[in-house]
Amino acid sequence: MSFINYSSREINCKIVYYGPGLCGKTTNLQFVYKKTKPEQKGKLISLATETERTLFFDFLPLALGDIRGFRVRFHLYTVPGQVFYAASRKLILKGVDGVVFVADSQIERMEANIESLEDLKINLADQGYDLEKLPYTIQYNKRDLPNVVPLTEIDGLLNTNNTPFFEGVAVNGAGVFETLKDVAKQVLFELKKHY
Amino acid sequence: MESNLVMYEGEFRRIDEELRKLYQQTNAKVLFLIDKNGQLIASAGDTYNLDTTALASLTAGNIAATGGIARLLGEREFTVLFHEGDTDNIHITLIGERVILVVIFDQRSSLGLVRLRVKKSSEAIAKIFEEIAAKADREKSEGRLDESPFAEISDEDIDNLFR
Repeated sequence: MSFINYSSREINCKIVYYGPGLCGKTTNLQFVYKKTKPEQKGKLISLATETERTLFFDFLPLALGDIRGFRVRFHLYTVPGQVFYAASRKLILKGVDGVVFVADSQIERMEANIESLEDLKINLADQGYDLEKLPYTIQYNKRDLPNVVPLTEIDGLLNTNNTPFFEGVAVNGAGVFETLKDVAKQVLFELKKHY
Repeated sequence: MESNLVMYEGEFRRIDEELRKLYQQTNAKVLFLIDKNGQLIASAGDTYNLDTTALASLTAGNIAATGGIARLLGEREFTVLFHEGDTDNIHITLIGERVILVVIFDQRSSLGLVRLRVKKSSEAIAKIFEEIAAKADREKSEGRLDESPFAEISDEDIDNLFR
């Protein structure tokens, strides 16, 4: 649910990074944070455990610039990926405008990817959303690792609706901004449709 | 699915006025009004040294988590949260299941005063938001919104954001 403020001439949109545990959601946000100019970003907030696993969410506010005199702000959130944080994950999807699904390309994580994607669909449905109608982008992360599933195969497995996808190596930033830009574009065009 | 929140100058001014009034009545340090999804709507008081964006997001997360606990216990919502610190205290109220009012205060005020004043202001704020929602529905059904910034939006506009 975006917030359009005609008084302060601002548009606020919420983008959620979803995916199985350790797939690289937080790493995506960390790279965006690192590469954005100080005046374009707020603090990167991480509610994490002592071992740096996301406990509740990470949050990064971005104000990249203006469109037609309106300041466009994106609020990026990640969910905690570990299975037992299901209740928290559901909360973070509230009011979402766009979703990025970060998949772990390693063979041994395919089941976790599928499980997380199912979890995403169920949690969205609980809030009255339909993934097929929501701005949605997939990132196949960790493409630099030796044991990855070939792109056509992983895409065939996780992408049933011709969703735009990007190959990523979030630790060095490959695909990170491409993914964000794509979902941001979809979110803004969705607003265009309705307003 | 909730619809988008659209705020115009007139409503914004009324909200701003209500917050200012409450700010004076409660003797608080600072006041915020936050959308349930973590976006800051308005504030009153000294926000200069505060990261208002982060504060808004964390407060919304707090309310969301508490709401989750409420449902587990068979409650609909816990509408008031209070956090007590050594010098500053935070009083958080969920209004109309849509917006969150945050009052930060110290020893110059008191919990009793804040509770009393917030209760009165909540009703006024809830009413303004009901009107905003009604207006948005009306304009949507009539298929028009004032000076939409999105009508002309292009690929190039978005590319420029990421340059």
